[in-house]
Amino acid sequence: MFDAKFPSMDRADLLAIRKGLDSGYREFSRAYGDMIETFFDPLLSFLIWFEQLLLDAPWWLVLTILVGIVYGATRSWKLSVGVFLSFLWVGYFGMWENTMRTMSIITVCTVISIALGIPIGILMARSDRVQMVVTPLLDVMQTMPAFVYLIPVVMLLGIGKIPGVIAVVIYAIPPVIRLTNLGIRLVDKEVLEAGDAYGASSVQRLVGIQLPLSMPTIMAGINQTIMMALSMVVIASMIGVKGLGQPVLKSITNQYFTMGLLNGLAIVALAIVFDRASQAYAKRAQRHMGGLENA
Amino acid sequence: MRDTQIQVDGLYKIFGKDPISVMPLIEQGKTKDEILAETGHTVGLLDINLQIQKGETFVIMGLSGSGKSTLIRHFNRLIDPSVGQILVEGTDVMQLGKKELQEFRRHKMSMVFQRFGLMPHWSVVDNVAYGLKVQGIDKTERRAKAQEWLNTVGLGGYEEQYPSQLSGGQQQRVGLARALCTDAEILLMDEAFSALDPLIRSEMQDQLIELQEKLHKTIIFITHDLDEALRLGDRIAILKDGMLVQVGPPVEILLSPADDYVEAFVKDVNRARALTVDNVMKPPAYRVTAETIGGALKQMKNSTGDYGYYFNKDGYQGILLKETLESVPPTSLDDQLNAENWQVLPGISPDALLEEVIPDTLATEYPLPVIDDKGGLKGELSRDCLADVLGGKSRSV
Ligand SMILES: Nc1ncnc2c1ncn2[C@@H]1O[C@H](COP(=O)(O)OP(=O)(O)OP(=O)(O)O)[C@@H](O)[C@H]1O
Ligand SMILES: [Mg+2]
Repeated sequence: MFDAKFPSMDRADLLAIRKGLDSGYREFSRAYGDMIETFFDPLLSFLIWFEQLLLDAPWWLVLTILVGIVYGATRSWKLSVGVFLSFLWVGYFGMWENTMRTMSIITVCTVISIALGIPIGILMARSDRVQMVVTPLLDVMQTMPAFVYLIPVVMLLGIGKIPGVIAVVIYAIPPVIRLTNLGIRLVDKEVLEAGDAYGASSVQRLVGIQLPLSMPTIMAGINQTIMMALSMVVIASMIGVKGLGQPVLKSITNQYFTMGLLNGLAIVALAIVFDRASQAYAKRAQRHMGGLENA
Repeated sequence: MRDTQIQVDGLYKIFGKDPISVMPLIEQGKTKDEILAETGHTVGLLDINLQIQKGETFVIMGLSGSGKSTLIRHFNRLIDPSVGQILVEGTDVMQLGKKELQEFRRHKMSMVFQRFGLMPHWSVVDNVAYGLKVQGIDKTERRAKAQEWLNTVGLGGYEEQYPSQLSGGQQQRVGLARALCTDAEILLMDEAFSALDPLIRSEMQDQLIELQEKLHKTIIFITHDLDEALRLGDRIAILKDGMLVQVGPPVEILLSPADDYVEAFVKDVNRARALTVDNVMKPPAYRVTAETIGGALKQMKNSTGDYGYYFNKDGYQGILLKETLESVPPTSLDDQLNAENWQVLPGISPDALLEEVIPDTLATEYPLPVIDDKGGLKGELSRDCLADVLGGKSRSV
């Protein structure tokens, strides 16, 4: 009656399923792998070019531009000095090159996530049906252990930068999608109604009202996306993405505590810089919208 | 007769999944609450028929939830009707395609919102210019025009401020300027002044009245404040649970409410401030123009009252009492009427508010004559009559 053992599937059947799926996917990747790789070629060349640009440029030039960007976006001397000091520290401890590599890939991943995520979020906000389909997908993307989706990506594209970028984007894109959707849905109904009442077309509505008013929420999503991308650096290094992740990985296998700590701290420094800079920028950009929240 | 600008025929609005399925229940005469309980559908509007004339200020009143916002949003199709027709200048708005509807909204109507509905990320001048921006008019031109309207509403100098930096009253002036900036003929105002405190509110009412005297727009104004309705409206429509219970000029609403609901509405209104002498005066007793005492007495014979208002070539002079005239000796009957024969009694203007004439009316036992600015006798106002009206008694008009 009550067997102790769960009535599970026959082992042979399970094996058959596994074999079927695995070989099916293998065949698929053999057949289309090259094609897909060619599809990503432009992105790969860009990645290499951008990384090389950061590496080849003299350190003081990179540092100046970086601090310049941060100051331009935030108008905060404190923050700019903080950024300047952290990068000096990183460079002094010999992590300049890896930091540049990580920064280049994170920047590209963030840009891709924003470029894909905002339109997807907009579509979601416009249709409840799209939202119903996309939300569970995002849940899967955020909770599925990264290693699991690394497998098919690596099977398809091998080890290297592109699979790394794909893995990072999959992991990091959900917040920007979710918060774009949320932000647009939360836009004050009366302001939207005003737009409609004056005869705004749907593009005028989106560009003139919905996007600007949801910008605080979208910026929060972008900020989250950057943070999540950075937290993927170590895992991405397992499939051949160079940067600060690799020494961390090496220190785990070889038990180099100090090396791990230093590189870990460098990742943290990058995270803080990105985080503070993007937040301060967002705040500055929305300084007139104070009335909105209490409206 | 003025032209009809908006005509609403047999309009029903039912909120819910399948509005048409509820129509039979409505025809059976079930109430809004019954329908909600049975089907989960909310009846928003029930068989509305209206005509709004060009250039009039049409006020829609009703308690919260009576369907005022729902009705006004049908005029520019922010809400689609379940059944019925809305004609704006003869065009059936339901027949408009997407592009046509946009054009219609851009040029025919503009709207002012209760919570202002301003774009918080744009400066005041850009907010005012919004309607023109949507129309695709270039920046310099639209800003110039917006600037003019800002000056008109008294906000010159605030153009580069952001809405969050303005007070409520100022924000609503921006809302008003935005609505006027597109030169649309029809102005929809959904509780436009409800969020403002009483003082600012009456200032805004003054401003609207003043603007309307110049612009002659068709204004559809929603409020749940009867004083505001009486002040602004050429006609007032009263909604109750989605039904139109009464439409008419303010005096009619005040003095002959259609049912208890309307009566409850008008009960608390300050009639002394809402009604003019013209609204409540009675036909005059008698106008005496004879030159002699005997002539005057002869003229007054036909009158029921025991007094008459005396007019000579200089206009109204005072009140003549039968009693006084009869007491003169018969030999003096051919004497000219002189100032000793009549009593001085102030005349009042038909446009005066009751409030203004209370002291004079109460000061004498005789009704005051109502005299228009051409010197003609229009009617009379007695203190009993005044007391009746102010005491809340209705009268059939
Ligand atoms: N989108 C909607 N979905 C369902 N029911 C609605 C919707 N909009 C309005 N209603 C219902 O229609 C009725 C009329 O609402 P409406 O907003 O027109 O009232 P109102 O007279 O403007 O009230 P207020 O003075 O509070 O603004 C209410 O019972 C409301 O619940
Ligand atoms: Mg309303």
